[in-house]
Amino acid sequence: MSVGPIDRVVDEVFRREAGRVLATLIRLLGDFDLAEEARQEAFTAAIEQWESTGVPANPRAWLIKAGRNKAVDRIRRDVVFRTKIIDCETASAEADAAAVPEDEDDSTFGDDRLRLIFTCCHPALSAEAHVALTLREVCGLTTQAVARAFLVSEETMAQRLVRAKKKIRDAGIPYETPEPPLFNQRIHGVLAVVYGVFTEGYAVTTGTRLVDAELCAEAIRLGRLLDELLPVNPAVMGLLALMLLHDARRPARVSQDGDVILLEDQDRTLWDQAKIAEGLALVDRALSTPGPLSPYAVQAAIAALHVRARKKEDTDWPQIVGLYEVLLRLQPSPVIELNHAVAVSMVDGAARALDLVDSLTARGQVSDYHLLHAARGRFLQQLGRPREAREAYRSALALATLEPERRLLKALIEGIDGLPAGV
Amino acid sequence: MQYLLLIYSNEAEMAARTASAVASMTAEYTEFTKGIIQAGHFKAADRLRPTSAATTVRVRNGQVAVTDGPFAETREQLGGYYQVEAKNLDEATAIAARIPGAKYGSIEVRPIWPVEA
Repeated sequence: MSVGPIDRVVDEVFRREAGRVLATLIRLLGDFDLAEEARQEAFTAAIEQWESTGVPANPRAWLIKAGRNKAVDRIRRDVVFRTKIIDCETASAEADAAAVPEDEDDSTFGDDRLRLIFTCCHPALSAEAHVALTLREVCGLTTQAVARAFLVSEETMAQRLVRAKKKIRDAGIPYETPEPPLFNQRIHGVLAVVYGVFTEGYAVTTGTRLVDAELCAEAIRLGRLLDELLPVNPAVMGLLALMLLHDARRPARVSQDGDVILLEDQDRTLWDQAKIAEGLALVDRALSTPGPLSPYAVQAAIAALHVRARKKEDTDWPQIVGLYEVLLRLQPSPVIELNHAVAVSMVDGAARALDLVDSLTARGQVSDYHLLHAARGRFLQQLGRPREAREAYRSALALATLEPERRLLKALIEGIDGLPAGV
Repeated sequence: MQYLLLIYSNEAEMAARTASAVASMTAEYTEFTKGIIQAGHFKAADRLRPTSAATTVRVRNGQVAVTDGPFAETREQLGGYYQVEAKNLDEATAIAARIPGAKYGSIEVRPIWPVEA
């Protein structure tokens, strides 16, 4: 195939419209696979026809109509398919498809993408399926790319996607944005999936790479999409702000050799100022929106205090401690308690922080969390108790799975080993 | 679509309930059933005798084996079902959540797979 101007035009349209076209085709056809094939055929038809007819005024409407027509043809042609789901579902899909207006407005398309997100994150699907389906169907990543991100074979990921789509079809998982009060429960699940994609990218749990920038970028894209589709939702704004403010620090988090650089040692001039500006504006909007405080917005406010400090000495630790206390009331968790203890160490000193961490351990919480032992080691070192610190770092090392973090811990242990005997 | 809502609960705990607890639960079930009949969701429902009354049949190599008890020992046992009409899984799970037994046991929601003619 020659790469003529029309290919470039279609390519450009694909990049802009593929997600929306798919979302609408799924609504019209009621079937993921049928919709994907229909979209494929519609874009192929565009390459063939736009050369002579010119690019239509509304390429998106053209593609949806072409895709719907191809699918209806296929439904009519495919006797096996027809006998399998001859019931009202297919009949109504045909009727809906036939009734698709020439130019649906943008709000309808927006709704379709929102519907698709809620379907992909439906609680009747497994957590693995949520992430895989969202990346594949909403973000448009290839199965291969999704498989790579989660360190499974392409075959395994393909099977996971097939199973999830079969469950959606067989169990009758609706292709709908839920109404309140269900909406408020479900949006929480959707945001958890998006944040899960981000954290998997930001702190991959195993392997040699520390950050998977592609996953972070996809999560932020999803956050922006949700912010566009659900404006002035404090949880959405808070999550997007949180991701942007974390991601802004990404260029400074890893050295050229792939080593971890702790926040206090980061070169702050490497932080992405555009993301910071966007994130800070979102935090302010999230916190000033009436309604219950979102834990994401509070976490974003903490991240905002870190990035607002030009030098590490300028960090407003007392306010960070206060925000962690708010967060602990909203969403108690051992990990947040640990972060709170680290913030306390910066305000009241390591002794107070060590007490907090030891009380956390005494309650039998997170004793297998490597960062808890790493924090203990740090507090003990600050208190001039190097031997105990080394023990804590060793416990952390035994639990850490990520290679760059293991290197950092080994370096800390060697630092203590290098001390003169008897210290 | 039609769904079967399978009601699982711990038979021993159910059997140990006081008479007044049984009476109030029966009243709740009656009210729930009336509600879904009125709303047009109801297709069928039954309660089941406990698994102490269960018999399991297997045919292996042409031999019929009849044994006492349920097919598997589980912590919660199937005690009854509703067959309902619902527009999708969300509606079916919303109905399932209103079954009185959902507060004590678990409701498994299974789509009916119609047999093609």
